[in-house]
Amino acid sequence: MQTLGMPHGTLSLFYIFHFYLFGLIGVISALLFVTRKSPVAAALWLVSTMFCLAAMYILLDAQFIGAVQVLVYAGAIMVVFLFVIMLLNLGQGEGIDVRGVGWKIVAGAIGLGILAQVFALTRAKTPVNLTLPQGYAAEQVAQHGAVAPIAAPLFNEYLLAFEVTSILLLAAIVGAVLLGKQKEARDVA
Amino acid sequence: MMSFALLQAAAAGATRTSSGLEILPPPPSGGVWFLATIVKMLITFTIYMVGVMLVIWAERRICAFIQDRRGPNRVGPHGLLQSVADGVKNIMKEETYPGQAYLPLFVLAPAMSFTTALLVWAVIPYGAPWESRWGTIDMALAPLPVGFLYILAIASLGVYGIVLAGWSSNNKYALLGGLRSSAQMISYEISMGMAIIPVLILAGNVSLSRIVSQQAGRGLHWNVLTCTIAWFIFFVSAFAETNRVPFDLPEAESELIAGYHAEYSAMKFSMFFIAEYANVMTSCALMSTLFLGGWDIPFTVWDNVAPHTFLKTLVTFAFFWAKILFFVFVFIWVRWTLPRFRYDQLMALGWKIMLPTALAYVVFIAAMTLGLDAAGIHPASWQYAVIMLAANIIIAVLLFTFLDKGRLVSPAYSRLDKRNLEKLRQLDARRARLAPAHSEGGAD
Repeated sequence: MQTLGMPHGTLSLFYIFHFYLFGLIGVISALLFVTRKSPVAAALWLVSTMFCLAAMYILLDAQFIGAVQVLVYAGAIMVVFLFVIMLLNLGQGEGIDVRGVGWKIVAGAIGLGILAQVFALTRAKTPVNLTLPQGYAAEQVAQHGAVAPIAAPLFNEYLLAFEVTSILLLAAIVGAVLLGKQKEARDVA
Repeated sequence: MMSFALLQAAAAGATRTSSGLEILPPPPSGGVWFLATIVKMLITFTIYMVGVMLVIWAERRICAFIQDRRGPNRVGPHGLLQSVADGVKNIMKEETYPGQAYLPLFVLAPAMSFTTALLVWAVIPYGAPWESRWGTIDMALAPLPVGFLYILAIASLGVYGIVLAGWSSNNKYALLGGLRSSAQMISYEISMGMAIIPVLILAGNVSLSRIVSQQAGRGLHWNVLTCTIAWFIFFVSAFAETNRVPFDLPEAESELIAGYHAEYSAMKFSMFFIAEYANVMTSCALMSTLFLGGWDIPFTVWDNVAPHTFLKTLVTFAFFWAKILFFVFVFIWVRWTLPRFRYDQLMALGWKIMLPTALAYVVFIAAMTLGLDAAGIHPASWQYAVIMLAANIIIAVLLFTFLDKGRLVSPAYSRLDKRNLEKLRQLDARRARLAPAHSEGGAD
């Protein structure tokens, strides 16, 4: 059985075509995202990048992560970003916070470093205990559905970490409300 | 293409083996699968577009009926072709662009709101699977294993079309409409998602074919009976998600001209118009699938047992559409019955009532399933459904008695107490006494 998400070996034409299609769109969108001057256009190109990432996850048989990627990042977080951009009507004083040449060189160097690392990783041989058997993910989805293989360890083995993370998020929400209220109180006073 | 077919096979297989129902032969492979998918695509798209056209016609006729007038009755028999005429008119009309608009997004926005409503139809199963001679053909375009999450993901993108239309028009009314809409849709999306969790608890999976097969039978296991409050929350949220009255604040004419599409004309306006009705149909289809058993026929198990002939597919398809059209009618009926909510009432309802209720209900259903499991009652038995229904009736009576106090959303909706009523009556009486004296000099 041919499976998706194999790092090496025989890949189907379908897989290769979609990998390069979404990869190309994703990279181009990411470049447009950082080069656009209008904040709204930049945010939308980021949404496009998120979409391509979701497609990549689905090609890797991680359908749950793919759906959640669109749901959380493209559907919730970016909408709130857009909401803030529009509410504050940003983008009027364009180019004020553009950094100088020194910053650009440093950023470029870091980017090149990360790119080199990715290249090195693709060449490296993955240790056996880090790889899954061929078609393992697809088999899991077929047997237990798309969510159960993620939910079971999350709510059994890693329950403590999961709950601690949720408390962290709750604290962040409470903090945001507190900060908002403080400002309001100061304005009234 | 082959490997995708295999993936589909794996997905379809998963929903069957875990469902506990009989195992159907595998779906066709290769060419037949490809052909079946294309045919399903064409059927879905055609029904969707023609459906939208007819729903627009139905809205106008039902509205006319409710307001005691005739409605469109000139173009075609009973005015059936009115939507075609309007479509032709809108295509012929000149496309106008506001001078200060941000054109790329101005053009993109109507298309975005139109496509998101269409994309959801890919995963909705609209008929019993057909056991053809080439293999079992699933009556959903793409029976994804993450079915419901896919719907949530696509629905959460629906807000982009409206927000971008509002922003790119460069018009303050349009912008306000867009901002209102994004706040409204985000708020109600949360209660909508929470309302589905009880359904997912009962189904034990997020794939829509599993949700439908769990409800299959004589109709006792329909989620509208086992998760009544969840259905109610979903139903109310659906109105907010589709921007229909009583939650049509993004395009409140009395405050915002036409809201986010104030600057749109011709076919681009038409796209928003189509998108609104498409969203209504999509919401109704979701409600039927998640809560009314999808294509399941009530009072009989004829549709759930072998042989799965093509006739069964057709009959279940008709039943599915009957459920959708019923809900569409309710949507239209509500639109011409209820007044619009105020913005603070809308937000209070979403965050202070719907969300806590949905959360409490998740706990309630989880506790019920655990308790019934511990009592050894099988989820597919009729006792299970009856106990759930009884518990739901009690909860529903309590909840609606509490809500009907009228002080939850806003004092504006509360009943008048006796003293205030008396005061108003006296005021009325005084006006009536004064009225003749005032109108003496009037010409009318």
